[in-house]
Formats: sequence, C-alpha cells, structure tokens
Amino acid sequence: MQDQSEEIHGILAEFDTPADLMHAAEKVRDQGFTRWDVFSPFPIHGMDDAMGLKNSKVGWFTFVGGCTGFTTGLLMIWFMNAFDYALIVGGKPFFSPIFSFPVAYELTILLGAIGTLLGMAFLNRLPRLHNPILKNQSFKRATDDKFFLLIEVSDAKYDQEETKKLLESTHPVKIEEVQE
Amino acid sequence: MATSEPTSTSTVQIPDTPKELKRTPLVANGRDLTWITNQVAQFIENKPPMWWWIALVVSALVMLLTPYYIAHLIGTGVGTWGLQNPVMWGWAIVNFVFWIGIGHAGTLISAILFLLNQKWRTSINRAAEAMTIFAVMCAGIFPLIHVGRVWFAWWLFPLPNANQIWPQFRSPLLWDVFAVSTYFTVSLLFWYTGLVPDLATIRDRAKGGIAKFMYGVFSLGWTGSNRHWRNYEKAYLLLAGLSTPLVLSVHSIVSFDFAVSQLPGWHTTIFPPYFVAGAIFSGFGMVLTLLVPLRTICKLEDLITVKHVELMCKVVLATGTMVGYAYIMEFFIAYYGGNPYELEAFINRAFGPYWWAYLLMFSCNVITPQFFWFKKFRTDMRIVFVLSIFVNIGMWFERFVIVMTLHRDFIPASWDYYTPTHVDVLTFVGTFGMFMTLFLLFMKFLPMIAISEVKGVTPQANPHHKLGGAKEGQH
Repeated sequence: MQDQSEEIHGILAEFDTPADLMHAAEKVRDQGFTRWDVFSPFPIHGMDDAMGLKNSKVGWFTFVGGCTGFTTGLLMIWFMNAFDYALIVGGKPFFSPIFSFPVAYELTILLGAIGTLLGMAFLNRLPRLHNPILKNQSFKRATDDKFFLLIEVSDAKYDQEETKKLLESTHPVKIEEVQE
Repeated sequence: MATSEPTSTSTVQIPDTPKELKRTPLVANGRDLTWITNQVAQFIENKPPMWWWIALVVSALVMLLTPYYIAHLIGTGVGTWGLQNPVMWGWAIVNFVFWIGIGHAGTLISAILFLLNQKWRTSINRAAEAMTIFAVMCAGIFPLIHVGRVWFAWWLFPLPNANQIWPQFRSPLLWDVFAVSTYFTVSLLFWYTGLVPDLATIRDRAKGGIAKFMYGVFSLGWTGSNRHWRNYEKAYLLLAGLSTPLVLSVHSIVSFDFAVSQLPGWHTTIFPPYFVAGAIFSGFGMVLTLLVPLRTICKLEDLITVKHVELMCKVVLATGTMVGYAYIMEFFIAYYGGNPYELEAFINRAFGPYWWAYLLMFSCNVITPQFFWFKKFRTDMRIVFVLSIFVNIGMWFERFVIVMTLHRDFIPASWDYYTPTHVDVLTFVGTFGMFMTLFLLFMKFLPMIAISEVKGVTPQANPHHKLGGAKEGQH
C-alpha cells in the first residue's frame, strides 16, 4: 500500500457471517482497542457483550421527556383553566388532577417519545452527513448481507502492521484500508 | 486475554432440532439475506407496473371528492349534511371513529407484539404502521370539518381566543384532540425510527443522483454500526413501551366522547375496553384487506407467509369474539341496571328503525370471525380477503349504530330518522381515495417490509446457528 497513513481513516475487515464477526469482535475487544466498531445489516444478539459495551443511556432521555410532559400537562391546565382565566363550567372544579389526567398522560407519552428519539440521535451523533466509511465500495453491502469490523487509525493502540496482523488472524474474507 | 482456543473436552455439538419442536420458518423457502433485500427493494427501484399507475390515478381521482365536498360544506354550511335535531352527530363522527380504529392494528403490531416478542410481526409491521398513519390522517379531517365554523378549528388548540379565553379541559372532546395528535406524532416517529436502517439499505443501492441524495438525507448517515444499533434498539424498545399505553388510551379517550355524556346507551363503563377491542379488530381487518392482495401482487409470499395471515386471522377471531361479548354484556347491563331509559335505548338500537344496521353490525363483527376457528378458512386467501371486507363493513356500522342512539331523545316530538346526504357519503368515499393514494405512494417510495427486522429473525442472523456461521467445536 503506497498511501500515507495520515490519509487513512481506518482498517476494514469484511466477514460473511455474524458468528465470524462476533469472534473477531471478541478478539479486538480483548486487545483493548477503543476507537473501533462493527457493522451489520441488523442488530446481532450478543454483540454488545462481544464488544464490551455497557447498557445504552437512551432511557434517561425518555424519563426526562416523560416527566416534563406530565408536569407540563398539569401546569398548562391549571394555568389556563384555574389561574389565567378561571372558567365556570357545569359546577366542576377549576382544577383537578382527575380531569387533567388524560391530557397530562398523553403529553407524558408525547414528550417521552420525542425525548427517546432525540436522545438516540444525540448519543449516536446522527444525523451525520459525511462519513469516510460510506465512500468505500465494499461497505455498501453492510446494509445488505455482509459484516464489517473497522479499527480507526486514531486509536491509541493502532499500529500499521500489528493491527493488520490481528485482523488477519480473525479470518476475514477481505481486508481493506479506508481512505479519509 | 485471548481464550478462543477450543479444548477437545469442551467441543460443542450443534444437534438438529427435533422434528416436533420445529416451527414453520418466518421466511419461507430458506431465502437468504440478499434475496430479502432484493425482493423488497425491487418495487422501489424498478419502474412501477401498469396496475400501480391505474390504481394511483383512480385513487387520486376519488380522493378529490373529499376536498371538493369540504369546500362545498364550508361554502354552504353544515345544513348540507344530513344532520338534524336530535342527530347532531352524523357520519362525520362515525367516520372519525372508524378511521382512528383502523389505525390501532398498526400500533398493536409494531408495539404490543414487539413487547411480547412475537417475531412474526417483522414482516407486516411496516405496512401496518403506514396504514396507521394514513388512517389517522383520514380520521383527523372529520372533527376539523365537523366543528361547523371551520375557521375556528384552532380553538381546539391550547391558545387563547379573541376574548383571552382558553379551551376548557373538562371536556373529553379536548382530551381527544391531545390523544389523537399525540397518537399521530408518536406513530410517525416510531415509523420513521424503524425506517432509518432500511432507508440506508435503499441509499446504498440507489443508482440515480436524486434517489441517492434523498435516501441519504433521510437515512441520517446510518451505517449499521453496532454502537448505533445498541442505542437504536433501546430507543425502539422504549418507543414500543410508550406506544402500548398510548394505543390503549387513544381509543379509550375516543370512547369518552360518548361515555362521559349522560345519554342512555352511551353512558357505560364498558365503552373503553370495548372500543379498544373493536379498534384492534377493525384494524386487523384492514391489514388483511391490504396485505392479502399485496403479498401476491408484489411477490412477497415468502416474507408474508400463510402462517402470518393465519396468525392475523386468529387475532381477528379473538378480538371479534371480545366485541361480541361486549355487545351482549351491554344488553345484559341495560336489563340488569334497572334503568328503563337505558333499556329502552338498547331495545330501540336492536329492534327500532335502525334494526338493519344493528343486524349488519352483529353478523359482520360476531359471526364473520367465527369462521376463523377453522384452519381451512384461515389458509384460503380468497376467503380471508372476503371476510376481512365484512369486518371493515361491520365495524363502520358499529359506530353508526352507536351514534344513531341519538335519533330518539327524551322528547318524542323531536324523534326523527336520520339519513345522510350525498355530501356525507362522498366526503367519506373520498377519504378512501386518500388512504389508497397514500398507501400506493408508500409502496413506491419506501420499503414496505422492515428489511433489517426480517433479516434479524432469519437463521442466518443467529450467530449460534449453522447458517449464521456457528461451527461445531466453537463456543
């Protein structure tokens, strides 16, 4: 390879089956790499453990969104119907958590869902409109039927020769360098 | 530490599954991952067939009826509908509840069956969710035009009117505004979340510049990275967890529109569960009406297999029987409650001037699904299709029967027989055109089967299965 290493984004190994990818991921994990990832057309059960990843934090965003929604619902109804313009309707109380509940409940779900989606996008740093790996031709099959493992050059443990040897020992179908 | 060296004592054998434990595979004929991608993507990538163009033109023309008659309504006034005292809620509210109910099957398939780990949902959830969104769009039209002075429809939103008065939240009609708009938004978000990985698949295959750009933008730069899948799967699970109480609450709140009133025949506590069961029943009816022809026309029989259709028929049977139970229980409570007005309302419903609608409702909703006890009927696509149409008709008439309770109120002098005008009928017919137009466009531009989810339930996706690459002697 004649490319200078500063122009290389990472080194990409291609696999045919999820099992091969999983074994490769276990190997890379045990070597202590940090800036690496695996790519598959569908989520693979058990891959988080094989990569040594912890539980996702999306739930916190949902929780905050849901709490905000419920509080907003109750406060909004209290403000509108009891505080800002108290309206007498059929002898019913100006404010009660009972009749406010359906609306507060719906807003809990609404803001919870929006929180979940924005949280997921934030944690994944999406939308990302430029990604060097998407320029790679073989990588197009990562959303079809192939499985990939990428170790980035920016990883502290990356070494031109050693890392390639490590990936070769996982029996990939193909190893490529991904240009920046 | 590398511990991948297998020792001879820890050799793992992968035995074949015993015959009696074998399940019908979810993807028939052992199709592989590439086949799934190609089969789903081909309809987007190839030129649409002639039938698609014909269907689109016909649907779009029918759709034009709705804006035309809405313009007519606004220009003339609500007198142009068949509404009269005491039936002030006519077809508009019937159509609204009908369309909202249709939507519920999509959410049931995408959320509740997901939480219950029903893997067969993967082949049908995308189309069913699309159906949900389009049905809710059709539903949303009716309350907006039903308010009479359409230009004041914004009074439904939490904004102060010209006199600085806010909407009043003691009314179930306002709860409904929040329930339906939340339902629409969350269904759309859930649908889009599911679409992202599949849009990336289409992006990676796209040849044309515009297609590449559009699918590229909407797939948000998705790569299929496991660090992303991890957050994605959690988000999907949470959205399913949020949609489940949502779908149950939406039709409960729709039923509050009736049940919170003091009217005999409407003021019953059975309404929320009975409406939810009916909604799921009608929604599955519509899913079957759409998917049974679709699987043949688009050659998706290996993905939406006979097993899938059979399972949907079983849901129709279960929910239809629940609805039948509710019909009978309503009658029993009317008798047992000892309220003569309540009893009169129910006797009038079944034996009064609208006996024919009640009979139609009862036979379509309670008798039709009973055929699905038999495997012979569940596996015959023509019979399933015809019966699913009966379910749709029956469920429309259920809402008609409920609303027509109004035609005999407390003063016999005001009793009347409600008949719709052509404006009522054609506005409704137009929404079917709108529904079909949106669905046909969906078929052309978006993957109608959740590609990544279907792949995830194949044996090829299981790293502990031979087809997933598991080798004897490895862990």
